[in-house]
Amino acid sequence: MVMETESKFHVLAVDDSLFDRKMIERLLQKSSCQVTTVDSGSKALEFLGLRVDDNDPNALSTSPQIHQEVEINLIITDYCMPGMTGYDLLKKVKESAAFRSIPVVIMSSENVPARISRCLEEGAEEFFLKPVKLADLTKLKPHMMKTKLKKESEKPVAIEEIVVSKPEIEKEEDSSVIEILPLHQELESEQLEPMLSSNKRKAMEEVISSDRSRPKYNDITTSV
Amino acid sequence: MNTTVVAQLQRQFQDYIVSLYQQGFLDSQFSELRKLQDEGSPDFVSEVVSLFFDDCSKLINTMSRSLEQPDNVDFKQLDSGVHQLKGSSSSVGARRVKNVCISFKECCDVQNREGCLRCLQQVDYEYKMLKTKLQDLFNLEQQILQAGGTIPQVDIN
Repeated sequence: MVMETESKFHVLAVDDSLFDRKMIERLLQKSSCQVTTVDSGSKALEFLGLRVDDNDPNALSTSPQIHQEVEINLIITDYCMPGMTGYDLLKKVKESAAFRSIPVVIMSSENVPARISRCLEEGAEEFFLKPVKLADLTKLKPHMMKTKLKKESEKPVAIEEIVVSKPEIEKEEDSSVIEILPLHQELESEQLEPMLSSNKRKAMEEVISSDRSRPKYNDITTSV
Repeated sequence: MNTTVVAQLQRQFQDYIVSLYQQGFLDSQFSELRKLQDEGSPDFVSEVVSLFFDDCSKLINTMSRSLEQPDNVDFKQLDSGVHQLKGSSSSVGARRVKNVCISFKECCDVQNREGCLRCLQQVDYEYKMLKTKLQDLFNLEQQILQAGGTIPQVDIN
């Protein structure tokens, strides 16, 4: 798995309308993003590598078959979709320890304030009214930068690069190193965990508790 | 390259597109669409517009069937169709089509079958009219390109 420092942001776009998918894809490409489009929330989850347990549809686990080679820096989804709505997808992503750090943006053709605040409360970074414009997408760069910086510090990098990132991001990196790595690597990290200084663990707890209205979860949801 | 011919065609193009905006066929969203076209995606606008017109045709057929039986109108399906049409016309900048959709939705909401039939007819008329106009516009573009010129950027406020 090779990640170049200069690689583009990769966005996962979700919309049941072919027309809207074509639009958002072009908008994102024009904004120098790599794009993957899917036509439903469940396909989005599949793409991410989240498997829905058949016995308990509320339980989410990471599929052992998927190596999570795909790095997603942002999910942008339509609100009104049959089956799983954009809101449902948002919830599922935020409930997953592995993926909740991925920023989620909701799009809708309807301006319903209650809907907007519900999405923002659930952890959506932005809410865009359709038709989405190029200018709207410039708002996404800062959100995508956060995950990009996290990912990049996972590889052996020059010390200067880590120093450049803000301290808060560094703390988050510690927690996400454990969450986002593929399964076999995660096991290694878990073994390492007890060796982490109490300072780092405290920093992790601080980050989790200060997350804006994120649900509190105890542990990593990977299956062994 | 015959610069006079190119200049004439470019002028024609400019005048035509401005008139489409002034007459309310297009709104600023169409300019947004044009911004997305570049050397990498030279046919983006015509592709998207084509998709839109296909959608129009399909949706109008479905909605027409929903309205057929006077005592058995599926207003839920109608509403869904109008919603889709309103969304895509809005994204493309098809102003007149979008405006008819707004009235159409109001008729759906109060289950006014007669009103819906009128709106359906109007939507059909408007999208076909726009289709002809845009076809003329794209033809002008092709002529400019074939004559070796570039398509002018047109600023619409």
